[in-house]
Amino acid sequence: MMKVYLDYAATTPVRPEVVKAMEPYWTLKFGNPSSIHSWGREAREAVENSRLKVASVLNCEPEEIIFTGTTTASDNLAILGLANSFSRQKFHFITSQIEHHSVLDTFKYLEKLGHNVTFLPVDQYGVVDLEFLKKSITLKTILVSVMYANNEVGTIQPIEEISKIIKTINNHKIYFHTDAATAAEYLPLDVQKLGVDLLTLGSHKFGGPKGVGILYIRKGTKILPITFGGHHEKKLWPGTEPVPLIVGMAEALSLAFSGQRLVSSRVTKLRDKLIKGVFQKIPGTILTGHPSKRLPDIASFCFKGVEGEAILLRLDAEGIAASSGSACTSGSLEPSHVLLAMGIPPEIAHGSIRFSLGRETTEEDINYVLEKLPKIIKQLREMAPKF
Amino acid sequence: MSINQLYSSKVLDHFFHPRNMGEMKDPDGVATVGNPVCGDVMKMYIKVKSQKSKVKSGEEEIIEDAKFQTLGCGAAIATSSIATEMIKGKPLKEAEKLTNKAVMEALGGLPPAKIHCSVLAEEAVKKAIEDYRRRKFEARNSKF
Repeated sequence: MMKVYLDYAATTPVRPEVVKAMEPYWTLKFGNPSSIHSWGREAREAVENSRLKVASVLNCEPEEIIFTGTTTASDNLAILGLANSFSRQKFHFITSQIEHHSVLDTFKYLEKLGHNVTFLPVDQYGVVDLEFLKKSITLKTILVSVMYANNEVGTIQPIEEISKIIKTINNHKIYFHTDAATAAEYLPLDVQKLGVDLLTLGSHKFGGPKGVGILYIRKGTKILPITFGGHHEKKLWPGTEPVPLIVGMAEALSLAFSGQRLVSSRVTKLRDKLIKGVFQKIPGTILTGHPSKRLPDIASFCFKGVEGEAILLRLDAEGIAASSGSACTSGSLEPSHVLLAMGIPPEIAHGSIRFSLGRETTEEDINYVLEKLPKIIKQLREMAPKF
Repeated sequence: MSINQLYSSKVLDHFFHPRNMGEMKDPDGVATVGNPVCGDVMKMYIKVKSQKSKVKSGEEEIIEDAKFQTLGCGAAIATSSIATEMIKGKPLKEAEKLTNKAVMEALGGLPPAKIHCSVLAEEAVKKAIEDYRRRKFEARNSKF
Protein backbone atom coordinates (compact mmCIF):
# COMPACT_ATOMS: atom_id res chain seq x y z
CA MET A 1 0.00 0.00 0.00
CA MET A 2 1.31 3.43 -0.94
CA LYS A 3 0.86 6.56 1.09
CA VAL A 4 -0.37 9.34 -1.17
CA TYR A 5 -1.03 12.79 0.27
CA LEU A 6 -3.35 14.81 -1.96
CA ASP A 7 -4.62 17.29 0.57
CA TYR A 8 -2.04 20.06 0.10
CA ALA A 9 -4.83 22.63 0.22
CA ALA A 10 -5.40 21.62 3.84
CA THR A 11 -1.74 21.94 4.77
CA THR A 12 1.74 21.32 3.36
CA PRO A 13 4.88 19.74 4.76
CA VAL A 14 7.53 22.20 5.90
CA ARG A 15 10.36 22.30 3.35
CA PRO A 16 13.73 20.95 4.50
CA GLU A 17 15.42 24.29 3.66
CA VAL A 18 12.86 26.01 5.86
CA VAL A 19 13.49 23.64 8.77
CA LYS A 20 17.20 24.45 8.39
CA ALA A 21 16.57 28.21 8.25
CA MET A 22 14.51 28.05 11.49
CA GLU A 23 17.01 25.93 13.41
CA PRO A 24 19.21 28.57 15.05
CA TYR A 25 16.18 30.38 16.42
CA TRP A 26 14.92 27.69 18.79
CA THR A 27 17.80 27.39 21.21
CA LEU A 28 20.68 29.51 19.97
CA LYS A 29 19.23 32.83 18.81
CA PHE A 30 16.17 32.59 21.02
CA GLY A 31 15.98 36.19 22.23
CA ASN A 32 12.88 38.35 22.43
CA PRO A 33 13.12 40.81 19.51
CA SER A 34 12.01 43.66 21.78
CA SER A 35 14.94 43.22 24.17
CA ILE A 36 17.76 45.77 24.08
CA HIS A 37 20.60 43.29 24.64
CA SER A 38 22.43 41.29 21.98
CA TRP A 39 20.03 38.32 22.19
CA GLY A 40 17.17 40.68 21.44
CA ARG A 41 19.05 42.47 18.68
CA GLU A 42 19.88 39.33 16.75
CA ALA A 43 16.26 38.17 17.03
CA ARG A 44 15.07 41.60 15.87
CA GLU A 45 17.44 41.41 12.91
CA ALA A 46 15.97 38.03 11.92
CA VAL A 47 12.42 39.39 12.03
CA GLU A 48 13.27 42.49 10.00
CA ASN A 49 15.22 40.49 7.41
CA SER A 50 12.21 38.24 7.07
CA ARG A 51 10.02 41.26 6.57
CA LEU A 52 12.33 42.49 3.79
CA LYS A 53 12.16 39.07 2.13
CA VAL A 54 8.34 39.06 2.18
CA ALA A 55 8.15 42.66 0.94
CA SER A 56 10.41 41.81 -1.95
CA VAL A 57 8.12 38.94 -3.04
CA LEU A 58 5.00 41.11 -2.79
CA ASN A 59 6.74 44.15 -4.34
CA CYS A 60 5.89 46.47 -1.48
CA GLU A 61 7.62 48.34 1.37
CA PRO A 62 8.68 46.33 4.42
CA GLU A 63 6.62 48.70 6.63
CA GLU A 64 3.57 47.44 4.80
CA ILE A 65 4.02 43.87 6.07
CA ILE A 66 2.59 42.71 9.39
CA PHE A 67 3.21 39.26 10.86
CA THR A 68 0.22 37.65 12.57
CA GLY A 69 -0.66 34.25 14.01
CA THR A 70 -2.54 32.72 11.04
CA THR A 71 -4.26 33.61 7.76
CA THR A 72 -7.53 33.63 9.68
CA ALA A 73 -6.09 36.18 12.09
CA SER A 74 -4.90 38.29 9.16
CA ASP A 75 -8.36 38.17 7.57
CA ASN A 76 -10.00 39.19 10.83
CA LEU A 77 -7.50 41.99 11.37
CA ALA A 78 -7.85 43.31 7.82
CA ILE A 79 -11.66 43.35 7.83
CA LEU A 80 -12.46 44.28 11.42
CA GLY A 81 -9.43 46.54 11.73
CA LEU A 82 -10.56 48.55 8.73
CA ALA A 83 -14.21 48.66 9.84
CA ASN A 84 -13.15 49.86 13.28
CA SER A 85 -11.07 52.69 11.83
CA PHE A 86 -14.17 54.39 10.50
CA SER A 87 -16.59 56.38 12.58
CA ARG A 88 -19.33 54.70 14.55
CA GLN A 89 -21.73 54.93 11.62
CA LYS A 90 -22.86 51.82 9.83
CA PHE A 91 -21.22 51.14 6.50
CA HIS A 92 -21.52 48.80 3.54
CA PHE A 93 -19.20 45.93 2.68
CA ILE A 94 -19.00 43.68 -0.34
CA THR A 95 -17.63 40.15 -0.41
CA SER A 96 -18.38 36.93 -2.27
CA GLN A 97 -20.49 33.90 -1.37
CA ILE A 98 -17.55 31.56 -1.79
CA GLU A 99 -15.06 33.06 0.66
CA HIS A 100 -13.31 30.96 3.27
CA HIS A 101 -15.06 30.99 6.64
CA SER A 102 -12.33 33.23 8.06
CA VAL A 103 -13.69 35.98 5.80
CA LEU A 104 -17.38 35.01 5.65
CA ASP A 105 -17.82 34.64 9.40
CA THR A 106 -16.08 37.97 10.00
CA PHE A 107 -18.51 39.71 7.67
CA LYS A 108 -21.44 37.92 9.31
CA TYR A 109 -20.19 39.37 12.59
CA LEU A 110 -20.16 42.86 11.03
CA GLU A 111 -23.75 42.26 9.94
CA LYS A 112 -24.65 41.48 13.54
CA LEU A 113 -23.14 44.81 14.52
CA GLY A 114 -25.54 46.54 12.16
CA HIS A 115 -23.44 46.99 9.03
CA ASN A 116 -24.70 46.04 5.58
CA VAL A 117 -22.94 43.31 3.68
CA THR A 118 -23.51 42.22 0.09
CA PHE A 119 -22.43 38.66 -0.63
CA LEU A 120 -21.76 38.57 -4.38
CA PRO A 121 -23.14 35.60 -6.27
CA VAL A 122 -20.86 33.50 -8.47
CA ASP A 123 -21.50 31.73 -11.74
CA GLN A 124 -21.50 27.96 -12.25
CA TYR A 125 -17.69 27.99 -12.32
CA GLY A 126 -17.39 30.00 -9.14
CA VAL A 127 -16.38 33.29 -10.78
CA VAL A 128 -17.65 36.40 -9.01
CA ASP A 129 -20.38 38.34 -10.84
CA LEU A 130 -18.69 41.60 -11.83
CA GLU A 131 -21.92 43.26 -13.00
CA PHE A 132 -23.46 42.54 -9.62
CA LEU A 133 -20.37 44.06 -8.00
CA LYS A 134 -20.70 47.25 -10.04
CA LYS A 135 -24.38 47.55 -9.18
CA SER A 136 -23.77 46.83 -5.48
CA ILE A 137 -21.37 49.70 -4.83
CA THR A 138 -22.94 52.53 -2.86
CA LEU A 139 -21.71 55.74 -1.25
CA LYS A 140 -21.42 53.85 2.01
CA THR A 141 -19.26 51.04 0.61
CA ILE A 142 -15.85 51.05 2.26
CA LEU A 143 -14.42 47.60 1.60
CA VAL A 144 -14.56 44.89 -1.04
CA SER A 145 -13.08 41.52 -0.13
CA VAL A 146 -12.74 38.78 -2.75
CA MET A 147 -10.45 35.78 -2.44
CA TYR A 148 -7.69 35.39 -5.01
CA ALA A 149 -8.37 31.73 -5.81
CA ASN A 150 -10.90 29.44 -4.17
CA ASN A 151 -9.49 26.66 -2.01
CA GLU A 152 -12.30 24.18 -2.67
CA VAL A 153 -12.66 24.26 -6.45
CA GLY A 154 -9.58 26.20 -7.52
CA THR A 155 -11.31 28.96 -9.50
CA ILE A 156 -9.14 32.08 -9.89
CA GLN A 157 -10.95 35.39 -9.45
CA PRO A 158 -10.39 38.41 -11.77
CA ILE A 159 -8.59 40.40 -9.07
CA GLU A 160 -7.09 43.03 -11.39
CA GLU A 161 -10.49 43.66 -13.01
CA ILE A 162 -12.15 44.03 -9.62
CA SER A 163 -9.44 46.49 -8.63
CA LYS A 164 -10.11 48.52 -11.79
CA ILE A 165 -13.86 48.57 -11.12
CA ILE A 166 -13.27 49.80 -7.59
CA LYS A 167 -10.85 52.48 -8.80
CA THR A 168 -13.48 53.94 -11.16
CA ILE A 169 -15.38 55.09 -8.07
CA ASN A 170 -13.79 58.45 -7.39
CA ASN A 171 -16.18 60.15 -5.01
CA HIS A 172 -14.83 58.14 -2.09
CA LYS A 173 -12.18 55.57 -1.34
CA ILE A 174 -13.14 51.89 -1.34
CA TYR A 175 -10.53 49.52 0.00
CA PHE A 176 -9.84 46.18 -1.65
CA HIS A 177 -8.79 43.08 0.31
CA THR A 178 -7.92 39.70 -1.08
CA ASP A 179 -7.37 36.46 0.84
CA ALA A 180 -4.48 34.99 -1.13
CA ALA A 181 -4.00 31.89 1.02
CA THR A 182 -3.99 29.54 -1.96
CA ALA A 183 -1.85 31.67 -4.25
CA ALA A 184 1.73 31.69 -3.03
CA GLU A 185 3.04 28.77 -5.04
CA TYR A 186 1.19 29.40 -8.26
CA LEU A 187 -0.06 32.94 -8.88
CA PRO A 188 1.45 36.44 -9.29
CA LEU A 189 1.89 38.17 -5.93
CA ASP A 190 2.82 41.71 -7.02
CA VAL A 191 0.43 43.84 -4.96
CA GLN A 192 0.95 46.82 -7.28
CA LYS A 193 -0.21 44.83 -10.29
CA LEU A 194 -3.04 43.23 -8.36
CA GLY A 195 -4.16 46.64 -7.18
CA VAL A 196 -5.07 45.57 -3.66
CA ASP A 197 -4.90 47.53 -0.41
CA LEU A 198 -4.90 44.47 1.84
CA LEU A 199 -3.67 40.95 1.20
CA THR A 200 -3.48 37.91 3.48
CA LEU A 201 -1.23 34.87 3.27
CA GLY A 202 -0.65 31.91 5.57
CA SER A 203 2.61 30.11 6.05
CA HIS A 204 1.54 26.50 6.26
CA LYS A 205 0.00 26.53 2.78
CA PHE A 206 3.34 27.11 1.08
CA GLY A 207 5.80 24.91 2.92
CA GLY A 208 6.21 27.07 5.98
CA PRO A 209 5.44 26.25 9.63
CA LYS A 210 1.94 26.48 11.07
CA GLY A 211 1.18 29.31 13.46
CA VAL A 212 2.19 32.39 11.51
CA GLY A 213 0.55 34.55 8.84
CA ILE A 214 1.06 37.69 6.78
CA LEU A 215 -1.05 40.78 6.33
CA TYR A 216 -0.05 43.32 3.68
CA ILE A 217 -1.44 46.80 4.43
CA ARG A 218 -0.95 49.43 1.76
CA LYS A 219 0.50 52.69 3.10
CA GLY A 220 -2.36 55.04 3.87
CA THR A 221 -4.79 52.26 4.78
CA LYS A 222 -5.80 52.79 8.39
CA ILE A 223 -6.27 49.59 10.38
CA LEU A 224 -7.06 49.63 14.08
CA PRO A 225 -5.96 46.74 16.32
CA ILE A 226 -8.44 44.02 17.27
CA THR A 227 -6.26 42.58 20.00
CA PHE A 228 -4.38 44.60 22.58
CA GLY A 229 -1.32 44.42 24.71
CA GLY A 230 1.85 45.62 23.08
CA HIS A 231 3.62 47.68 20.52
CA HIS A 232 4.59 44.77 18.30
CA GLU A 233 3.85 44.90 14.57
CA LYS A 234 2.74 48.54 14.81
CA LYS A 235 0.43 47.51 17.68
CA LEU A 236 -1.61 45.47 15.19
CA TRP A 237 -0.54 42.04 16.41
CA PRO A 238 0.66 42.49 19.96
CA GLY A 239 2.53 39.59 21.45
CA THR A 240 6.10 38.40 21.33
CA GLU A 241 7.02 37.65 17.77
CA PRO A 242 7.46 33.91 17.02
CA VAL A 243 10.92 34.44 15.54
CA PRO A 244 11.61 30.92 14.20
CA LEU A 245 8.15 30.78 12.60
CA ILE A 246 8.59 34.18 10.97
CA VAL A 247 12.03 33.22 9.67
CA GLY A 248 10.62 29.94 8.35
CA MET A 249 7.66 31.59 6.68
CA ALA A 250 9.79 34.18 4.90
CA GLU A 251 12.16 31.52 3.64
CA ALA A 252 9.24 29.36 2.49
CA LEU A 253 7.65 32.27 0.65
CA SER A 254 10.90 33.12 -1.16
CA LEU A 255 11.30 29.49 -2.21
CA ALA A 256 7.69 29.13 -3.26
CA PHE A 257 7.84 32.31 -5.30
CA SER A 258 11.08 31.51 -7.05
CA GLY A 259 9.89 27.97 -7.82
CA GLN A 260 6.50 28.98 -9.18
CA ARG A 261 7.06 28.36 -12.86
CA LEU A 262 8.60 24.92 -12.50
CA VAL A 263 6.17 23.71 -9.85
CA SER A 264 3.14 25.10 -11.68
CA SER A 265 3.99 23.34 -14.91
CA ARG A 266 4.73 20.00 -13.20
CA VAL A 267 1.68 20.06 -10.96
CA THR A 268 -0.63 21.16 -13.79
CA LYS A 269 0.43 18.13 -15.87
CA LEU A 270 -0.21 15.76 -12.98
CA ARG A 271 -3.53 17.37 -12.15
CA ASP A 272 -4.67 17.11 -15.75
CA LYS A 273 -3.64 13.45 -15.83
CA LEU A 274 -5.73 12.84 -12.74
CA ILE A 275 -8.74 14.66 -14.21
CA LYS A 276 -8.50 12.82 -17.51
CA GLY A 277 -8.15 9.47 -15.77
CA VAL A 278 -11.09 10.06 -13.47
CA PHE A 279 -13.37 10.98 -16.36
CA GLN A 280 -12.22 7.95 -18.33
CA LYS A 281 -12.71 5.45 -15.53
CA ILE A 282 -15.61 6.78 -13.48
CA PRO A 283 -19.02 7.55 -15.01
CA GLY A 284 -21.35 10.06 -13.38
CA THR A 285 -18.55 12.52 -12.54
CA ILE A 286 -18.38 16.29 -12.80
CA LEU A 287 -15.34 18.52 -12.34
CA THR A 288 -16.15 21.63 -10.33
CA GLY A 289 -14.57 25.04 -10.85
CA HIS A 290 -13.53 26.94 -13.93
CA PRO A 291 -12.21 24.76 -16.77
CA SER A 292 -9.17 26.97 -17.45
CA LYS A 293 -8.93 29.80 -14.91
CA ARG A 294 -8.12 27.40 -12.11
CA LEU A 295 -5.24 26.72 -9.73
CA PRO A 296 -2.77 24.13 -10.99
CA ASP A 297 -3.09 22.02 -7.87
CA ILE A 298 -6.80 21.50 -7.33
CA ALA A 299 -9.02 18.82 -8.90
CA SER A 300 -12.40 18.80 -7.23
CA PHE A 301 -15.07 16.36 -8.38
CA CYS A 302 -18.66 15.46 -7.60
CA PHE A 303 -19.51 11.78 -7.94
CA LYS A 304 -23.16 10.91 -8.43
CA GLY A 305 -24.79 8.50 -6.01
CA VAL A 306 -22.01 8.36 -3.40
CA GLU A 307 -21.30 10.31 -0.26
CA GLY A 308 -18.05 12.21 0.31
CA GLU A 309 -17.06 11.04 3.79
CA ALA A 310 -17.54 7.41 2.85
CA ILE A 311 -15.20 7.96 -0.12
CA LEU A 312 -12.62 9.62 2.14
CA LEU A 313 -12.70 6.74 4.62
CA ARG A 314 -12.19 4.20 1.84
CA LEU A 315 -9.39 6.31 0.30
CA ASP A 316 -7.78 6.61 3.72
CA ALA A 317 -7.82 2.82 4.08
CA GLU A 318 -5.76 2.74 0.86
CA GLY A 319 -3.35 5.34 2.19
CA ILE A 320 -4.73 8.23 0.16
CA ALA A 321 -5.49 11.64 1.71
CA ALA A 322 -8.08 13.97 0.19
CA SER A 323 -10.94 16.11 1.43
CA SER A 324 -14.64 16.62 0.74
CA GLY A 325 -17.36 19.25 0.67
CA SER A 326 -20.09 16.93 1.93
CA ALA A 327 -22.15 17.90 4.94
CA CYS A 328 -20.89 14.89 6.85
CA THR A 329 -17.31 16.11 6.67
CA SER A 330 -18.10 19.69 7.63
CA GLY A 331 -19.94 18.76 10.79
CA SER A 332 -22.97 20.73 9.72
CA LEU A 333 -26.10 19.52 7.96
CA GLU A 334 -25.33 21.54 4.85
CA PRO A 335 -22.78 20.66 2.22
CA SER A 336 -20.09 23.11 1.09
CA HIS A 337 -21.35 26.68 0.75
CA VAL A 338 -19.00 27.08 -2.20
CA LEU A 339 -20.59 24.27 -4.20
CA LEU A 340 -24.10 25.43 -3.32
CA ALA A 341 -23.25 29.01 -4.39
CA MET A 342 -22.11 27.60 -7.74
CA GLY A 343 -25.59 26.14 -8.25
CA ILE A 344 -24.68 22.53 -7.53
CA PRO A 345 -27.67 20.72 -5.99
CA PRO A 346 -27.12 19.50 -2.40
CA GLU A 347 -27.50 15.85 -3.30
CA ILE A 348 -24.64 16.19 -5.80
CA ALA A 349 -22.55 18.37 -3.48
CA HIS A 350 -22.64 15.59 -0.86
CA GLY A 351 -20.65 13.45 -3.28
CA SER A 352 -17.75 15.88 -3.60
CA ILE A 353 -14.07 15.02 -3.29
CA ARG A 354 -11.21 17.48 -3.53
CA PHE A 355 -7.73 16.33 -4.50
CA SER A 356 -5.09 19.00 -4.05
CA LEU A 357 -1.62 18.22 -5.39
CA GLY A 358 1.71 19.63 -4.26
CA ARG A 359 5.32 20.06 -5.20
CA GLU A 360 6.13 16.56 -3.96
CA THR A 361 3.34 14.78 -5.85
CA THR A 362 4.61 12.21 -8.35
CA GLU A 363 3.17 10.45 -11.36
CA GLU A 364 3.14 7.21 -9.33
CA ASP A 365 0.85 8.93 -6.83
CA ILE A 366 -1.60 9.82 -9.56
CA ASN A 367 -1.46 6.33 -11.08
CA TYR A 368 -2.15 4.82 -7.67
CA VAL A 369 -5.22 7.00 -7.12
CA LEU A 370 -6.52 6.15 -10.60
CA GLU A 371 -6.09 2.49 -9.70
CA LYS A 372 -7.94 2.64 -6.37
CA LEU A 373 -10.61 5.31 -6.79
CA PRO A 374 -12.79 3.77 -9.52
CA LYS A 375 -13.31 0.56 -7.50
CA ILE A 376 -14.14 2.55 -4.37
CA ILE A 377 -16.78 4.61 -6.18
CA LYS A 378 -18.23 1.51 -7.83
CA GLN A 379 -18.50 -0.42 -4.56
CA LEU A 380 -20.05 2.49 -2.68
CA ARG A 381 -22.55 3.00 -5.48
CA GLU A 382 -23.49 -0.68 -5.26
CA MET A 383 -24.22 -0.24 -1.55
CA ALA A 384 -26.74 2.49 -2.24
CA PRO A 385 -30.46 1.92 -2.81
CA LYS A 386 -31.74 2.55 -6.31
CA PHE A 387 -34.26 5.36 -6.44
CA MET B 1 -13.59 19.49 11.70
CA SER B 2 -12.52 15.90 11.26
CA ILE B 3 -15.23 13.51 12.25
CA ASN B 4 -13.58 10.34 11.07
CA GLN B 5 -11.05 10.62 13.86
CA LEU B 6 -13.87 10.14 16.33
CA TYR B 7 -15.26 6.92 14.89
CA SER B 8 -15.02 3.93 17.19
CA SER B 9 -13.42 0.75 15.94
CA LYS B 10 -16.89 -0.86 15.86
CA VAL B 11 -18.20 1.86 13.56
CA LEU B 12 -15.22 1.46 11.25
CA ASP B 13 -15.64 -2.30 11.31
CA HIS B 14 -19.26 -2.02 10.16
CA PHE B 15 -18.31 0.54 7.56
CA PHE B 16 -15.53 -1.54 6.04
CA HIS B 17 -17.29 -4.89 6.54
CA PRO B 18 -21.00 -4.18 6.43
CA ARG B 19 -23.29 -7.01 7.45
CA ASN B 20 -26.47 -7.96 5.56
CA MET B 21 -25.89 -5.47 2.79
CA GLY B 22 -27.79 -5.74 -0.47
CA GLU B 23 -31.21 -6.00 -2.03
CA MET B 24 -33.70 -8.57 -0.75
CA LYS B 25 -35.80 -10.52 -3.23
CA ASP B 26 -39.47 -10.64 -2.19
CA PRO B 27 -39.20 -8.79 1.10
CA ASP B 28 -42.13 -8.81 3.50
CA GLY B 29 -41.53 -5.22 4.53
CA VAL B 30 -39.48 -2.38 2.98
CA ALA B 31 -38.85 1.23 3.92
CA THR B 32 -36.67 4.02 2.58
CA VAL B 33 -35.80 6.87 4.94
CA GLY B 34 -33.75 10.03 4.67
CA ASN B 35 -33.27 11.84 1.39
CA PRO B 36 -30.39 12.62 -0.98
CA VAL B 37 -30.69 16.36 -0.33
CA CYS B 38 -29.64 15.68 3.26
CA GLY B 39 -26.95 13.27 2.14
CA ASP B 40 -28.19 10.06 3.79
CA VAL B 41 -30.62 7.51 2.37
CA MET B 42 -31.28 4.13 4.00
CA LYS B 43 -33.39 1.29 2.63
CA MET B 44 -34.31 -1.49 5.05
CA TYR B 45 -35.72 -4.87 3.94
CA ILE B 46 -37.20 -7.50 6.29
CA LYS B 47 -38.46 -11.03 5.94
CA VAL B 48 -40.91 -12.14 8.61
CA LYS B 49 -41.99 -15.63 9.52
CA SER B 50 -44.51 -16.94 12.00
CA GLN B 51 -43.41 -19.61 14.41
CA LYS B 52 -44.53 -21.19 17.61
CA SER B 53 -43.86 -18.82 20.43
CA LYS B 54 -41.23 -19.90 22.92
CA VAL B 55 -42.75 -17.95 25.77
CA LYS B 56 -46.47 -18.06 25.37
CA SER B 57 -49.06 -20.14 23.61
CA GLY B 58 -49.82 -19.48 20.02
CA GLU B 59 -47.62 -18.05 17.32
CA GLU B 60 -45.35 -15.06 17.10
CA GLU B 61 -43.78 -13.29 14.18
CA ILE B 62 -40.03 -13.07 14.03
CA ILE B 63 -37.68 -11.28 11.70
CA GLU B 64 -36.14 -14.08 9.71
CA ASP B 65 -33.87 -11.91 7.63
CA ALA B 66 -32.96 -8.24 7.33
CA LYS B 67 -30.95 -6.40 4.68
CA PHE B 68 -30.00 -2.82 4.05
CA GLN B 69 -28.79 -0.52 1.32
CA THR B 70 -27.38 2.90 2.25
CA LEU B 71 -26.12 6.00 0.51
CA GLY B 72 -24.35 7.98 3.20
CA CYS B 73 -21.34 8.58 5.38
CA GLY B 74 -19.44 6.18 7.62
CA ALA B 75 -21.94 6.49 10.47
CA ALA B 76 -24.92 6.05 8.14
CA ILE B 77 -23.53 2.80 6.77
CA ALA B 78 -22.48 1.54 10.20
CA THR B 79 -25.80 2.29 11.90
CA SER B 80 -27.86 0.62 9.18
CA SER B 81 -25.54 -2.39 9.16
CA ILE B 82 -25.66 -2.93 12.91
CA ALA B 83 -29.41 -2.31 12.98
CA THR B 84 -29.94 -5.33 10.69
CA GLU B 85 -27.84 -7.44 13.05
CA MET B 86 -29.81 -6.23 16.05
CA ILE B 87 -33.23 -7.14 14.62
CA LYS B 88 -32.42 -10.38 12.84
CA GLY B 89 -33.96 -13.35 14.65
CA LYS B 90 -35.87 -11.12 17.01
CA PRO B 91 -39.63 -11.17 17.52
CA LEU B 92 -41.34 -8.32 15.70
CA LYS B 93 -42.63 -6.81 18.92
CA GLU B 94 -39.10 -6.58 20.25
CA ALA B 95 -37.52 -5.34 17.02
CA GLU B 96 -39.91 -2.43 16.68
CA LYS B 97 -38.78 -1.18 20.08
CA LEU B 98 -35.29 -0.59 18.74
CA THR B 99 -34.01 2.85 19.75
CA ASN B 100 -31.27 4.98 18.29
CA LYS B 101 -29.66 4.95 21.73
CA ALA B 102 -29.36 1.18 21.54
CA VAL B 103 -27.85 1.45 18.06
CA MET B 104 -25.29 3.98 19.28
CA GLU B 105 -24.42 1.89 22.31
CA ALA B 106 -23.96 -1.19 20.17
CA LEU B 107 -21.50 0.78 18.04
CA GLY B 108 -19.57 2.02 21.05
CA GLY B 109 -20.87 5.55 20.63
CA LEU B 110 -21.09 8.09 17.84
CA PRO B 111 -19.72 11.63 17.48
CA PRO B 112 -22.44 14.19 18.37
CA ALA B 113 -22.75 15.36 14.76
CA LYS B 114 -23.58 11.78 13.70
CA ILE B 115 -26.31 10.98 16.18
CA HIS B 116 -28.91 11.71 13.52
CA CYS B 117 -27.65 8.69 11.54
CA SER B 118 -28.67 6.37 14.38
CA VAL B 119 -32.07 8.06 14.46
CA LEU B 120 -32.41 7.34 10.75
CA ALA B 121 -31.56 3.67 11.33
CA GLU B 122 -34.22 3.41 14.05
CA GLU B 123 -36.71 5.03 11.70
CA ALA B 124 -35.82 2.63 8.89
CA VAL B 125 -36.45 -0.41 11.08
CA LYS B 126 -39.74 0.91 12.43
CA LYS B 127 -41.03 1.91 9.00
CA ALA B 128 -40.07 -1.47 7.49
CA ILE B 129 -42.06 -3.22 10.22
CA GLU B 130 -44.94 -0.78 9.65
CA ASP B 131 -44.83 -1.62 5.96
CA TYR B 132 -44.94 -5.34 6.76
CA ARG B 133 -48.00 -4.82 8.97
CA ARG B 134 -49.73 -2.74 6.32
CA ARG B 135 -49.15 -5.40 3.68
CA LYS B 136 -50.47 -8.10 6.02
CA PHE B 137 -53.63 -6.03 6.64
CA GLU B 138 -54.16 -5.43 2.94
CA ALA B 139 -53.69 -9.12 2.20
CA ARG B 140 -56.33 -10.11 4.75
CA ASN B 141 -58.75 -7.41 3.71
CA SER B 142 -58.39 -7.53 -0.04
CA LYS B 143 -62.03 -6.58 -0.51
CA PHE B 144 -61.69 -3.53 1.80
